[in-house]
Amino acid sequence: MSELSVDHLLGIKYLKEQDIQLIFETADHFKEVINRPIKKVPSLRDITIANLFFENSTRTKLSFELAEKRLSADVINFSSGQSSVKKGETLIDTVNNILSMKVDMVVMRHPNPGAGIFLSKHVDASIVNAGDGAHEHPTQALLDSYSIREKLGDVAGKKVVIVGDILHSRVALSNIFALQLQGAEVMVCGPKTLLPKYISELGVKVETNLRKALNWCDVANMLRVQNERMDISYFPTTREYTQQFGVNKELLDSLDKEITIMHPGPINRGVEITSDVADSKQAIILDQVENGVAVRMAVIYLLASKIKK
Amino acid sequence: MSQKVLLNTKEVNIILHRLACQLIEKHNDFSNTVLIGLQPRGVYLAERITQILQEDYKVKNVKLGQLDITFYRDDFRRGDKPLKANTTDVDFLVENKNIVFIDDVLYTGRSIRAALTAIQSFGRPNEIELLTLIDRRFSRHLPIQPDYRGRQVDAINNEKVIVHWKENEGEDVVYLIEK
Repeated sequence: MSELSVDHLLGIKYLKEQDIQLIFETADHFKEVINRPIKKVPSLRDITIANLFFENSTRTKLSFELAEKRLSADVINFSSGQSSVKKGETLIDTVNNILSMKVDMVVMRHPNPGAGIFLSKHVDASIVNAGDGAHEHPTQALLDSYSIREKLGDVAGKKVVIVGDILHSRVALSNIFALQLQGAEVMVCGPKTLLPKYISELGVKVETNLRKALNWCDVANMLRVQNERMDISYFPTTREYTQQFGVNKELLDSLDKEITIMHPGPINRGVEITSDVADSKQAIILDQVENGVAVRMAVIYLLASKIKK
Repeated sequence: MSQKVLLNTKEVNIILHRLACQLIEKHNDFSNTVLIGLQPRGVYLAERITQILQEDYKVKNVKLGQLDITFYRDDFRRGDKPLKANTTDVDFLVENKNIVFIDDVLYTGRSIRAALTAIQSFGRPNEIELLTLIDRRFSRHLPIQPDYRGRQVDAINNEKVIVHWKENEGEDVVYLIEK
């Protein structure tokens, strides 16, 4: 297969396994490109991409922008903080105004789940979801799987535990879909208050004891506690959360085998992960960031190839 | 669909040796020269020429790379199919080197144009030459000509030149196929 089955990347849920393989094979080539002395290819010279960030982001926004620039696309950036959204403009109006400036693709992060899907039905551009509320964050899940594939050779058959705030995490949901699609086993682990009630319906194992979870897995993906999304208290204190659900060197050394540690960032050092673990050889956190650019280049390149002039 | 043999195994072998000799004539011991096979089909020819240089003419240290031009093509989104990439393997600096691009068939010249852009990502070469097994005359879209050519062919547009290699298709034969 040399073409994606979708015209937009709205979520992993809409992808097929072959799509993921195609994205990874393409990302392999882009990873080679971004390690060259000159890290740029001219493929998307005639494509203009708008990055619409209705929610704060550092690494995803930089990663997308870098990916777009390395493909030679023209890029315009928009953050809701400095825009007319504050003046009461609707999402469709905002985006249609931007599209009138002849934009071919929209990369959007939005606090509302389903914002990307809504947009894809109402505007004429290719949409890439860069995170919609607590719904999906597909490129993060793709780069996570890509990093597992790079480190362990394959995703199929691997056991992956996602630890932490599953309830508020779009990274968790996209990762569950992506890992299952590729044949990995998935477990979620966290305080009961931060595990969605019906999460086991997705076919994942549920565990509230971190040691047991770590002993079971090959890879642990540590999530950040999303304080900004918590309107009530889900656990007594941060200190108590760290004691029960934070990984440290001592805990990892006491396991039977060496596991791989991942983190989508931003890290709260000393909360979900200690510094000595985050900076250790077991952690592939910075590889994830590097792979993020290659994977996003692949996604944008493959979606752009479906835009007909 | 009819097909005609343009070059048989013996002829291909003679031409490959002649091309290798022409390279030696120009590049001597290859100390400042690198060979770059263009993906996908030029790679076989580049490997074969390297083999002949090393085994039959005892040239040591022939540097060989492979370059994929997919991301540099000018027909992105113009063809029906998206363009799937191949591996690029240039693990040396091309700064101030003499480069020989190697491809099996030179047709419109657009691949070579893309390769000229692609190679710049690896440095500024001293000079670039082009070696091609088959040169399809009168079909160029760009002012690009080979420095070393195996055989010149006059083929019309609905004909296609296909090069078969022993490693891949089990025989060294060049066919002219009428679509």
